[in-house]
Amino acid sequence: MLLQEAASAGLGVGAHPLVGSVARWMWLLPILPLLGFVINGVLAISSAFRRGPADPALAPHDTHDARDTDEAHGQADHESDAHVVVRHRFAGITSVVGPGVMVLAFGLAAAIFFAMRASGEIHAPFVQRYFTWMLASDLRIDTAFQLDQLSMVMILVITGVGMLIHLFSVGYMQDDPGYPRYFAYLNLFVFFMLVLVMGASYPVMFVGWEGVGLCSYLLIGFWYLDKANADAGKKAFIVNRIGDFGFLIAMFMLFANLGVLDFEAIRSQAQLLSPTLATWICLFFFLGCTGKSAQIPLYTWLPDAMAGPTPVSALIHAATMVTAGVYLVARSNFLFSLSPAASITVVVIGALTAIFAASIGLKQWDIKKVLAYSTVSQLGYMFVGVGSGAYVAGIFHLVTHAFFKALLFLGSGSVIFALHRAYHATHSHEDAQDMRNMGGLKAFMPWTFFLMWIATLAISGIFPFSGFFSKDEILGSVFLRARDSTLADAHWLGIPGNIVLYACYALGLAAAFMTAVYMTRMMIYTFHGPNRTGERERDYLSEAPWLMTGPLVVLGVLSAVGGWLNLPALIPLVPVGGLQRWLDPVVGESELRVTHGAPLEATHTLEYSLIGAAVMIALAGIALAWIRLKPERLVPKRDAVAEEGVERVLVNKYYVDEAYDRAVVEPTVGIARNVLWKGIDVGLIDGVMVNFFGGAVPRFVGWVGSQLQSGQVGTYAWVLVVGVLFVLGAFTLRGL
Amino acid sequence: MLAEALFFSAVLFTIGVVGVLTRRNAIIIFMCVELMLNAVNLTFVAFSQVYGVAGQVFVFFVMTVAAAEAAVGLAIIIALFRHRQTVNLQNINLLKG
Repeated sequence: MLLQEAASAGLGVGAHPLVGSVARWMWLLPILPLLGFVINGVLAISSAFRRGPADPALAPHDTHDARDTDEAHGQADHESDAHVVVRHRFAGITSVVGPGVMVLAFGLAAAIFFAMRASGEIHAPFVQRYFTWMLASDLRIDTAFQLDQLSMVMILVITGVGMLIHLFSVGYMQDDPGYPRYFAYLNLFVFFMLVLVMGASYPVMFVGWEGVGLCSYLLIGFWYLDKANADAGKKAFIVNRIGDFGFLIAMFMLFANLGVLDFEAIRSQAQLLSPTLATWICLFFFLGCTGKSAQIPLYTWLPDAMAGPTPVSALIHAATMVTAGVYLVARSNFLFSLSPAASITVVVIGALTAIFAASIGLKQWDIKKVLAYSTVSQLGYMFVGVGSGAYVAGIFHLVTHAFFKALLFLGSGSVIFALHRAYHATHSHEDAQDMRNMGGLKAFMPWTFFLMWIATLAISGIFPFSGFFSKDEILGSVFLRARDSTLADAHWLGIPGNIVLYACYALGLAAAFMTAVYMTRMMIYTFHGPNRTGERERDYLSEAPWLMTGPLVVLGVLSAVGGWLNLPALIPLVPVGGLQRWLDPVVGESELRVTHGAPLEATHTLEYSLIGAAVMIALAGIALAWIRLKPERLVPKRDAVAEEGVERVLVNKYYVDEAYDRAVVEPTVGIARNVLWKGIDVGLIDGVMVNFFGGAVPRFVGWVGSQLQSGQVGTYAWVLVVGVLFVLGAFTLRGL
Repeated sequence: MLAEALFFSAVLFTIGVVGVLTRRNAIIIFMCVELMLNAVNLTFVAFSQVYGVAGQVFVFFVMTVAAAEAAVGLAIIIALFRHRQTVNLQNINLLKG
């Protein structure tokens, strides 16, 4: 492989500090998961038609499949008494290769991280160019990766959390008939995600952006034999296409106006863009973010994406892929900081999404749906952060959210795993994901119970867990920027920017309250109160194996102490503002541009009151849920009655899906069916073109022609003679 | 002299054409075609008196072709008769569209 290591054009003097360090191996980071994909993919394909050991009696009898839907498994397993789970014959290889490449990638990422730490101040990204991808006139796009502080943070999150989730997956999925296929997709996802964060230009990033969308589609529809799962995958893919359209338009506009697409080149030339143009480019990029990161109005695919296996929900739909939009805004900070209008739009959409999704989460019964809406809501917070110009705060919340949300999802995976196993053992067909079928699980799963409470406190923003610091920093940043920033000076749809930002701060506080309520509700219904799983099933409930609980413990520790990454100056435990200083070379300039060139200072009184408000609100939410919710009154799902009034609206998610169906899907299908299919295809093309011009007309002409073919030689001779006479006559007459 | 020769050859050719158009027996039609060929031959010979011997050379070509054609044509007619027991062209219309 041709490696040209070049310091960025921005500095241009001397070699980059990372030249010659372990960072020169950074191209291995995405290659390792790609290798895993190839190996697992070959295993999956080579045994697609012959799966499992030849003799079912050889298969382990006491294992249970981990899926939360049974359809893909075939009905036979449930109807027959022999609970033979046919483990994939290559499961052993996959269990080593799948997580193994992730361990190696994380090790390399950690080594590169320490090399970066050791090289002192790095002001420019370390760029590696491999080969020219596209060369057409002025357009030149290299396949190049860049390593800077921002991509390093993302790489560590992706490989670190990804590694833990891969390990969890070994326990969760190893009895699935599609086990190698699962790991092939999961490895491929990590490959594309690393391309996304390491790409040195928008087009390379877009390759990763599309690639993770593809893997998301493949994994949501992993159990594709159930049509609902396949439909959910399709929905995610199609909704994301709308966002990708925005991404593409933004790239086209950048190229049309600047002629370059490299991050560093754009960073140095962004000032040349007119403010209006910068606003439009940012808005189109943000359209891409709303698709990938599930913001209003394109958030509807994410809750449906829970159809995939639970570790997939943890990795793709909570920790990494859905945060790509936040990364895109942070990466494009040099553009967004030029456009207060676009930045305020990001804040407003983020705040609205945060409260909207949180309110839906209040009344969901499916444990994964609660977490899905929680993810949408937390992503909204991140956009409030990066939108308001507090890029570090947004990325900080991205990191802590990756910890505690991955923990919550994997914990819910453990719960579902346990319930499913219990229902499987008793041949019951109850819903293993519905919280009304849970309750009192703390007695059966103490580890999961304890760790999920940590994550719950973290996401609710309780001191001293990680979510407290990141959420507080976002809310504080918005509040401070509402007082003094370019955003506050600008107008948004005619409203003064500072009023908009204060409103968004209030929405953020309200969403924090709801977050505390719905998370506590989830914990109470799942782990506290009496058990509603069923008399016979209760004997089978137990903690998941250590292979699954182990990653939970690691994530639990990270959720608890993750806030130390970026401690506020108020709490001088360890060096404060670590992440702030780490990311300063990437986003510092843009942050200062938003805040009029000087870092925002707040009095201690103000900071304490902001923190106090956030914590009081979170505590109030937990207390309210604790007092008002009575798990004793819940009945299992099959006995439950339908909700009424406001609750019914919330259970039905504000009928947004139905509204989209009416407004978009049904007209599209109607036009496709009645106009395009029955009108144009059947009527115009089949009817007029094929059957008339292609059928009736040639048939008539052919009939006329065939009538001339009498078969009588005499007739032909007559025609010939008449023709000869005619021609001769014509020549003769002309000669006269 | 030339005018008379051309007149008679024209008469001969017309007889041939009318014969082809009006008769139904394949052999007679065939003979009429030969008649037309020979009318043309007569024309060639007559013109060769004026324009040189090239016309006579052409006559030999035409006679050769006519002989070959007679052989093939009569063979076809015999084969036809064996199949259909007739040489009446009105009954032979397999190529009707």
